[in-house]
Amino acid sequence: MIYQKDTAEPSYLDYKGKYKGIFSWIFSTDHKRIALLYMFSILTFFAIGATLGLLMKFELIAPGRTIMSAQAYNAFFTLHGIIMIFAVVIPGLPAVFGNFLLPIMIGAKDVAFPRINLLSWYLYVTGVSLVVISQFTGQGPPDTGWTFYAPYSFRTAGNMLPAVFGAFVLGFSSILTGLNFLVTIHRMRAPGMTWLKMPLFPWTLYATGWVQLLATPIIGITLLMIVAERTLHIGFFDPTLGGDPLLYQHLFWTYSHPAVYIMILPAMGAISEIITTYSHKAIFGYKFMIASVLAIAFVGYFIWGHHMFTSGMSGTALYTFSLLTFIVAVPSAIKVFNWIATMHQGSIDLQTPFYWAMAFLFVFMIGGFSGLILGSLAANVHLHNTHFVVAHFHFIVFGGTGFAFFGAMHYWYPKITGRMYDTRWANIGLVLFFIGFITLYGPMFYLGFKGMPRRYYDYDEVFHAGNIVSTMGSWVLYSGLVIIVINLFASLKSKIKAPSDPWGGKTLEWTIPSPPPVENFEEIPTVTKGPYNYS
Amino acid sequence: MTGETHRDDLTSKTGMWLFLFTEMLLFGGLFVVYSVYRFRNPVAFHLAAQELSVTIGTINTIILLTSSTMIAMSITALQTKNKKLTLFLLGITILLGLAFLVNKYFEWGGHIKEHIYPGSSILALRGQGDVLFFGLYFFMTGLHALHIIIGLIFIAIITAKIFRNKITFNNYVLLENSGLYWHLVDLIWIFLYPLFYLIT
Repeated sequence: MIYQKDTAEPSYLDYKGKYKGIFSWIFSTDHKRIALLYMFSILTFFAIGATLGLLMKFELIAPGRTIMSAQAYNAFFTLHGIIMIFAVVIPGLPAVFGNFLLPIMIGAKDVAFPRINLLSWYLYVTGVSLVVISQFTGQGPPDTGWTFYAPYSFRTAGNMLPAVFGAFVLGFSSILTGLNFLVTIHRMRAPGMTWLKMPLFPWTLYATGWVQLLATPIIGITLLMIVAERTLHIGFFDPTLGGDPLLYQHLFWTYSHPAVYIMILPAMGAISEIITTYSHKAIFGYKFMIASVLAIAFVGYFIWGHHMFTSGMSGTALYTFSLLTFIVAVPSAIKVFNWIATMHQGSIDLQTPFYWAMAFLFVFMIGGFSGLILGSLAANVHLHNTHFVVAHFHFIVFGGTGFAFFGAMHYWYPKITGRMYDTRWANIGLVLFFIGFITLYGPMFYLGFKGMPRRYYDYDEVFHAGNIVSTMGSWVLYSGLVIIVINLFASLKSKIKAPSDPWGGKTLEWTIPSPPPVENFEEIPTVTKGPYNYS
Repeated sequence: MTGETHRDDLTSKTGMWLFLFTEMLLFGGLFVVYSVYRFRNPVAFHLAAQELSVTIGTINTIILLTSSTMIAMSITALQTKNKKLTLFLLGITILLGLAFLVNKYFEWGGHIKEHIYPGSSILALRGQGDVLFFGLYFFMTGLHALHIIIGLIFIAIITAKIFRNKITFNNYVLLENSGLYWHLVDLIWIFLYPLFYLIT
């Protein structure tokens, strides 16, 4: 690529390449532009998924039919699940902030395979399109839930094939992102950046990369088996053909439990960066943070069985999975303690991303503790398939990953756009979002404990009060979300330009201009100190 | 677009190795399914496996192993700047790959003629163990054959590039990578062969 070398390099936003207009984005192999492509697509699908959730909550405001039929409700929670899991939270932090910041934070000009990076976005769009197509073609939308449990997933008249194949393609996109990051981290760190001088966000992306790489093929082949089962009638999981539906659940969760760590590990990384920056103090227990990330990624492979405590397993399997589930909570707790210890005696700068990090800690802990309740065998029998489970995983997946995503958005916004956002509106949005979140999902713990099952559009009269509160929470949450997004978009026109280091961060991304130039660094830096050098 | 793309063969090969891990796990999931159903239907699997032709299986194993040797030798040939020999060896690799597919075609055709294929009502009469065995047989060897086809396409592209001097003795990492991929396809067959043909 040839461009005029001025005194100051053009930023990646102003850069004029071979293509004009939209093509300068969708044909770009610049990791920063691909990150923004991901950001806009993910935000779009997040808006769709959130709207589906809002409508589902409205259906649940009163017993009986309110605005949709039982079948429509089934289709809604299926689409909500597929979009939110496969198209929003799994790619969320790695594909957006990982793509944008990983090369910069380790002092590289781009990822190892820029063209594969762009390919992964194409695959992402293809996969989501297939899922969307499944809604409008064939004999009605899929209604199995995002888990595609056998044998219903090949008995239902719903249009499963495009949805399942779409999820397969999304998995492939995720594998390519993970592979790219692993190679980038191994091969392209700046001179002097040893493994133990690497910031924590890249470290979490490294662990995530391995999980993406080693777990995703399992769901890939499992989904292909569902496709083969529906088209060729091979009896992999159909009991009438000798197959075993339980085996499907095992294979499905062998991926889908580690997938939870694909969602939460980069979130933990982003929170680590935010807390250390606004505390103006090196992260407490840097090595322990790394060890706990790797431990979570490793142990996370061996606990899938806790999704199946009531499905039928041997006693030994039950005890083992339960014990391992408790063990994986230990490194997570280490991280929480280290974050709090980082704040201790720091000089804390109360900025919006810091508030997001605090909100994250609060909801993440509730999500984590409720996970321990579900991980104990006896309690699980009572709570399985109730709203308690729904509340738990929304606290972890939406509360953990979602809060970290918005925290990261506000933290790196000046770097990505070169502008400062309106702090007051950002804070108002956050407060509404937080209150709405607790009001929406809090009552679900109670409802589930009382026995309200998940995935029904109707419920008994005794659950009415809790559902009214929960539905009202969804309105507050949604308004907060709208304010946050509008504020971020409106701030693109802000007159206040961002300096290269608005928050006093110490990692490499704050040493280059905002927005970064095309090549990131005029000269690849040589790293001599650790990542959080506040002394 | 970023301005420069500097060449780093080790980076490229690391990426390929990681990709091969995912391929292994893809088949790994199928091996798990196979093991579970073999354990559940020992007699049916035992009898069904005897219907497969060990001869064709063995011939195909020899074909694939030879082709792997050929592509490995072609890399050495390119390193010693012997373009003619490289092209010759790659040509043999492709021919052997095609021969494997032809064998597979006749093998599958034979089964289908005997009404042994997924969804066949005659196969269904023989019981669930047989349905599972042949379902897995067609799915796993089919997926493997798909990998052979993809591998052959890659090798054909590489061969064309060597022919047009786009790949030479000092930038042969693409040839190495397709060699790695071809060895993986070979390796997976090394597992499929005993599972379906030899363990009876």
